[in-house]
Amino acid sequence: MHLIYPAVLAVLLFSIGLYGVLARRNAILVLMSVELMLNAVNINLVAFDRWLGDGLHTGQALTLFTITIAAAEIGLGLAIVLLVYRNRGSSDVDRLTDLADPGRPLPEQRAPGGTAAGDEKAEATA
Amino acid sequence: MNVVHHNAAGSGFLSPTGVEITFVLVGLVVLGAALVTVTTRQLVHAALWLVVALGGIAVEYLLLTAEFIAWVQVLIYVGSVVVLLLFGLMLTKAPIGRSPDADSENRWVALGVALAAAGTLVWVVADAFRSTWIDVHPANGPGATAVTGSSLFRFWVLPFEALSVLLLAALVGAIVLSRRRPEGRDR
Repeated sequence: MHLIYPAVLAVLLFSIGLYGVLARRNAILVLMSVELMLNAVNINLVAFDRWLGDGLHTGQALTLFTITIAAAEIGLGLAIVLLVYRNRGSSDVDRLTDLADPGRPLPEQRAPGGTAAGDEKAEATA
Repeated sequence: MNVVHHNAAGSGFLSPTGVEITFVLVGLVVLGAALVTVTTRQLVHAALWLVVALGGIAVEYLLLTAEFIAWVQVLIYVGSVVVLLLFGLMLTKAPIGRSPDADSENRWVALGVALAAAGTLVWVVADAFRSTWIDVHPANGPGATAVTGSSLFRFWVLPFEALSVLLLAALVGAIVLSRRRPEGRDR
């Protein structure tokens, strides 16, 4: 098999995941896109393991470790998203601007969340 | 999309084998399902299309003769990660049906970044591996479960055990994070 097939598939899958991470608003959809990117890396690892064919099977072992770490990551990520949802009532990543640079307010995002920003300020001073 | 590179891929590429044709077809299914996953406005449908994408990737692992990785992919991703994501969607009261604000305002910037990354990486990869072939014949058998297991427990035991400790730590951390605290206490 030509090596270019798995490599190009992995590249395109990674780009799709990159689009999802940047464009999605719900935090759980962002986590799904992160999973797509991790899977693209795994395809690369398996394909290059077949190409190099070393005795230690480094690529396949690293793929198993990556899958395990991805499972741990999704568990912790979902716990954090649930905690944020419980505290804020929303899991939209562009509303969580408490740690943002206050020097440049984003006007179109301030507009719907005017009361929410006041609430967060009250919560921060409390 | 792969078919384009199919023709551009190379000079020596005269007769595609059945494995390659299957790989390209399953790859198109995977890419289509991934595209629907990141663009659909129905949140639960996104999780279900993710199942199609991840299952297709498991088939690609089988075609690359990594059978143990393929079954681990089915068990962990399709079996548990997607179920976790569905539970997450339900526990955050995700709307059933269309949600018009699933994408943020910077989706066009994101599209530009993704297209630039795809173009650059495809160009680099196609230029670098223009004349590289890999041997996918199960007779060699380096991807078989016995070989993978023996190399995993002969050469990679220490990272394996460290990873199990990491999984335990992640589990405890997730429980601590998601435990509902009593009202009067902070800690």
